[in-house]
Amino acid sequence: MPQGIKDRVAILGMGCSRFGERWDASPEDLMVEAFDEALTDAGITAQQIDAAWFSTHMDDVGVGRGGTPMGIALRLPFIGVTRVENFCAGGSEAVRAAVYSVAAGACDIALALGVEKLKDTGYGGLPMPSLGTLIPQWYPNAVAPANFAQLASAYMAKHKVNRGDLKRAIAHVSVKSHDNGARNPKAHLRKRITEEQVLNAPIVAEPLGLFDCCGVSDGAAACIVTTPEIAKALGKKDLVTFKALQIAVSNGWEMHSNDWDGSYMQTARIAAKRAYDEAGITAPREQIGMMEVHDCFSVTELVTTEDLFISPEGGAIRDVLDGFYDADGKLPCQIDGGLKCFGHPIGASGIRMLYEMYLQLQGRAGERQLASPGIGLTHNLGGQPSQNVCAISIVGPYR
Amino acid sequence: MTAGIVAYGAYVPLMRLERAAIHAANAWYAPGVKQAGTRSLASWDEDVITMAVAASRDSLEVTHATPDVSAVYLASTTMPFADRLNAGVVAAAINLDDTITAADITGTRRAALTAIGQAVARCAMEGGRALVVASDLRKAGPASSAEMDIGDGAAALVIGTENILADYLGGASFTVDFVDHFRTPDMDADYAWEERWVRDEGIAKIGPRAIETALARAGLTAAEIDGFIFPTTFKGMAAQLAKASGIRAEAVVDNLASQVGDTGTGHGMLMLAGLLAEAAPGETILMLEFGSGAEAMIFRTTEAIGSFQPRRGLAAWLTRKQETSDYTRLLANRGQIELEKGMRGEQDKKTALSTLYRHRKAIMALIGGKCRETGSVYYPPSRFGYDQRVNVKDMQDPYPMADRTARVLSWSAERLSAYPAPPHHYGQLDFDGGGRILMEFTDVVPGEIESGATMELVFRVKDRDALRGFVRYFWKAVRAREDG
Repeated sequence: MPQGIKDRVAILGMGCSRFGERWDASPEDLMVEAFDEALTDAGITAQQIDAAWFSTHMDDVGVGRGGTPMGIALRLPFIGVTRVENFCAGGSEAVRAAVYSVAAGACDIALALGVEKLKDTGYGGLPMPSLGTLIPQWYPNAVAPANFAQLASAYMAKHKVNRGDLKRAIAHVSVKSHDNGARNPKAHLRKRITEEQVLNAPIVAEPLGLFDCCGVSDGAAACIVTTPEIAKALGKKDLVTFKALQIAVSNGWEMHSNDWDGSYMQTARIAAKRAYDEAGITAPREQIGMMEVHDCFSVTELVTTEDLFISPEGGAIRDVLDGFYDADGKLPCQIDGGLKCFGHPIGASGIRMLYEMYLQLQGRAGERQLASPGIGLTHNLGGQPSQNVCAISIVGPYR
Repeated sequence: MTAGIVAYGAYVPLMRLERAAIHAANAWYAPGVKQAGTRSLASWDEDVITMAVAASRDSLEVTHATPDVSAVYLASTTMPFADRLNAGVVAAAINLDDTITAADITGTRRAALTAIGQAVARCAMEGGRALVVASDLRKAGPASSAEMDIGDGAAALVIGTENILADYLGGASFTVDFVDHFRTPDMDADYAWEERWVRDEGIAKIGPRAIETALARAGLTAAEIDGFIFPTTFKGMAAQLAKASGIRAEAVVDNLASQVGDTGTGHGMLMLAGLLAEAAPGETILMLEFGSGAEAMIFRTTEAIGSFQPRRGLAAWLTRKQETSDYTRLLANRGQIELEKGMRGEQDKKTALSTLYRHRKAIMALIGGKCRETGSVYYPPSRFGYDQRVNVKDMQDPYPMADRTARVLSWSAERLSAYPAPPHHYGQLDFDGGGRILMEFTDVVPGEIESGATMELVFRVKDRDALRGFVRYFWKAVRAREDG
């Protein structure tokens, strides 16, 4: 059994740009915005950083490939900068690399930064990714909403839920996130919405309507990590440490065998179990105090609450409608507004989720501040239900 | 050895365009162009090759193995490739062995009869079975009468020497450079001369010579003909020719004009496929095609005629239909108007030909891998298995999946991607007997897709590369229909 990461690495500082249609900002500007805040928060200079991991997904509409775009944008002191890419979970991947480098003793202070500039494509929605030479020859020219909408069709079939009941539950997911996002100055979408608006919105991919889909926006987020000892020596108080970092990657079983029923994410269940083991959590429904899940689509959030073993299988609809995940519920979910209101600048989202957990744990979440946040969980999913990368991070007060 | 027809198949696309809708759209311009009924309309993802594959499959027994065919002749005047053996693509899709011979036969609408002649000669000499498939996807000028006359479709015959359903009795070929119409490679549609001249100087004079010669070679008289097949869009022409040649009026076979239209090179064979399905033993059939001369062939059904059933057959293809009044679908499907695709339509569709060749069995013939150890089916095939309980390596045997039915596990429909027939449907299919593929659905009638729905597989155009002209093919799922 590996030793794990629990309480071995602390967050020294974090930063997050304002997310949105940032017509004013290049990806370099967004990086600077997030990094500047993180440096100030950490109370260090760039020269104190030993190594950096850079998460960005779309090379053609973003900054291109390699580590140089970040090395140059942030004028880093010729340290190692490694570009990481793992679909929409790239931000969590960058954090994992930085945390591991510190835990390994290879670095004292490490940086993880994610950025994505999605609004330089000229159209709404995600840019079309390249898929190599084989996949396009057989795989559908699929878009993300329809990939995730398939979760809904399989979930309805498995749990004998009719379309109307599912639509109402996932509408509540979005209404709740908009309520939260309205109170977050860094969110992209800051208007409250009603269930009626959600249900009457045009269909994007059956059965998902416009408000079932997260926004598309530009943004960056940064996280500087170090050991708890160095953090304390630098004068940091109320340390937030990592309790678990787990990533599970599909091996094709879901997409190619006949055993997966299409109604859940196998990777999330595996990563969640590993993360709870690493963090020493035995009753997640009681022990997790808040979470940011990968709500790229409302139905993803609904299903994820079951995959994380918070709601019982087939019980997410009841929990959602009971307000269990609302800001004043037992386990607030997407207290910052989620992908729903932040949008999803792919490389940045995992770090943005962590940023909210960190703010809440430090008591700096402003209007959104929870009374007793406890242990925070982030769930960052990349790919599609049938084939994906799932990263789960658990953070909390040191010791 | 004597050769004859040992199997037959047909294909008519699902969509039927109402001719009244064509008229309504163009009446401001061409009020006189008016016809009743419908014409068949191939989907945007169909072409000569895909329709030929559909007709070929209709004629071939489901064995989940390499079909017993040693030659493929594809007849068409509208093949998608000028240089890439179109018949070779058909052969790849129906999973024929590399050792077969294949040829594209083209240049005239009687090319199908030329192809049958070659197949008969080959089989009579060498034995074996030869597949003849004829298919056309013709364009006509918008608001022309040809636009209403034409339909899309394909037909297939398997020629062989054993278990013959209809013996080949003889035929005649006349090559005359009579230019009733022509089309150069850079022309979309035919340029045709005056109908009266074509009837009186062409068909009425050259047709009877071919009929007469074929009858003489078969040792028959015209009165002995029970079925006379002559596809033409000229009203009453087949009856006029029958009368002039001494063929009984009731022998004239209906040309499917009211529902399908004239499908070009394959139309005679399509009518023949319909006739054979209903024929009794001992019926004599004369098939005539006109074009750059004329060609006639005579067959007589044997006692075995009732022993064969195509997979679906013409009658069922005719029942299986979706009528539409969307005239611009016709123009859009054939590339005669370009509908706005938006920026998502700018995605490059370059095909790595080396990758295609490396995976040709999986892509072209939909062959997966079945694990000898666990029984799991993999698509695409792979060296390792995903099963964590047992580590398997190099244990997969080729597993043809195209002729198996499948059920929808999950699906969606969206209007976001650039797709020629929105909403774009796709989902995960679980194959009966094992295997799963996330795949596009086609020919979808909105509302008919649901979890658990039974689907079957069709070979279609996956993408067209507008920049380089290449056509990428793959398999898609269609709803299995109770109406055939």
